[in-house]
Amino acid sequence: MSVVVSQLTKEFGEQKAIDNISFEAKKGEIIGFLGPNGAGKSTTMKIATCYIPPTSGTVTVCGYDIHTSPIEVRKKIGYLPEHNPLYVDMYVHEYLKFIGNLHGLRGKALKDRSDMMIGMCGLTQEQNKLIDSLSKGYRQRVGLAQALIHDPEVLILDEPTTGLDPNQLVEIRNLIQEVSKNKTVIFSTHIMQEVQALCSRVVVINNGHIVANDPLQELRTSNKKITKVTVEFSSPMDIELLRAVDGVNKVNQLSETKYALFSDKDQDIRQTVFQLAAKEGIPLIGINLEEESIEQVFHELTKPTE
Amino acid sequence: MYTVFIKEVNYFLNTLIAYIVISVFLTAIGLLMWVFPDTSVLSYGYSDMETLFSFGPYVFMFLIPAITMRMFAEESKNGTLELLFTRPLTDWQIILGKYFSAYFLVIFALIPTLLYYFTIYQLGSPVGNIDTPGVIGSYIGITLLGGVFTAIGIFSSAITSNQIIAFIVSVFMCFILYAGFSSLSVMNIWGGSASMIEQFGISYHYNAMSKGLLDSRNLIYFFSVSVFMLLLTKLIIGSRKW
Repeated sequence: MSVVVSQLTKEFGEQKAIDNISFEAKKGEIIGFLGPNGAGKSTTMKIATCYIPPTSGTVTVCGYDIHTSPIEVRKKIGYLPEHNPLYVDMYVHEYLKFIGNLHGLRGKALKDRSDMMIGMCGLTQEQNKLIDSLSKGYRQRVGLAQALIHDPEVLILDEPTTGLDPNQLVEIRNLIQEVSKNKTVIFSTHIMQEVQALCSRVVVINNGHIVANDPLQELRTSNKKITKVTVEFSSPMDIELLRAVDGVNKVNQLSETKYALFSDKDQDIRQTVFQLAAKEGIPLIGINLEEESIEQVFHELTKPTE
Repeated sequence: MYTVFIKEVNYFLNTLIAYIVISVFLTAIGLLMWVFPDTSVLSYGYSDMETLFSFGPYVFMFLIPAITMRMFAEESKNGTLELLFTRPLTDWQIILGKYFSAYFLVIFALIPTLLYYFTIYQLGSPVGNIDTPGVIGSYIGITLLGGVFTAIGIFSSAITSNQIIAFIVSVFMCFILYAGFSSLSVMNIWGGSASMIEQFGISYHYNAMSKGLLDSRNLIYFFSVSVFMLLLTKLIIGSRKW
């Protein structure tokens, strides 16, 4: 186990930011850390990186405890804090060397590592620019490069993809995926597609409690309640016939020839709909099963409790 | 600590802060010493460096807080403090790295004034008619005073994320510590404890050293005030963990 969070609690005054949470992360796993704003994601990450101590409980990183050997823990972790703070008055290569130096890299090893990071994160063109003059996407890459410079075993990224354009998003995602092969990656995000694209496991946190800790696939299926099928015919279809299809309990007409069918049964209604269209002689030109998206699962799990 | 030190020194050099600080210090002291008739050595007629050592602390009182005010305040505002504190560094390595880089700049600003010593040495009649032990004592005194001011500056930078507040607080603290205590002690209300109050201030110990007398009590005073301020800084920096 690379990262073990056990019974972690953090109180800020009266308020409990996180309340007795425990989870584990194995090597090679990418864990998506989800939750609404203020759920305690950043706090957990700050504790794991020894920036602030917990009120109780502990985190161990590669066998080192944050209370007893914080320096060792920090050596094992590559951390990209929220909002990606950078020394904007430094040059890109200078900055990476500075961070590498803090991690004890010297001389040739330092130069090799920082050159490698510059290549890997696509900063070759920008390496001699001031960080101040870089765009957000490039800054984010610099942030990622500094987190990776010492080849850490554990990578903790606090919202690494906020504010990036769709192309940059894909690039950063690929980068994370590429480096994650023999590391443990924990990253927090608000973007659900990202979770779907990257994570092997999802930890959902709400109000300081863990509300789900499942592999991505299970999380989806275990919460599956209603399936939605949108169908399109070449000419209008009698809505009553659609309602009569076995398993369908609600039909919405979306446009003249387009309908949304809802079903709460496990069976796949697409087949029956297809047969119906054939029988009626109305060509079916589109049929699409929408699985309940991870977004809906997220809404479900993080509903405010009354 | 070395890495942080180098980074801060590079920052001073890259952003021109170092050149501005050194040139402002030397210009101010140079004008006072050689040009302004009220304080000029040339019109004063005695071959000593009293001007440098009596005005130096007042120039430092503004310059040093200006150097140190960004040390922690800027970083905590930009969030880079989190970056620094999540690297394999102890709090002390960060504090001392920053402290010594600012102190280094202060000492660097003082070095060219050795030329003044050489000039006055040559201008003396007969040549070399200058109180050399007194000058050495004063140089040690002003160097230690710079160390105390730097520690105060680092401390006030740590208590706030606003650089202007850090600057004003440290100027005020430097002023009280340097001139405040000795001025307060002459008030007629202290009775027997007046001399004790005077000894809290820097100027008492500083003046004693400028006579060329290196008393261990004075040295201990300077060291302990610096260390005390740095300990307070550590306490403030560590308070995020409370």
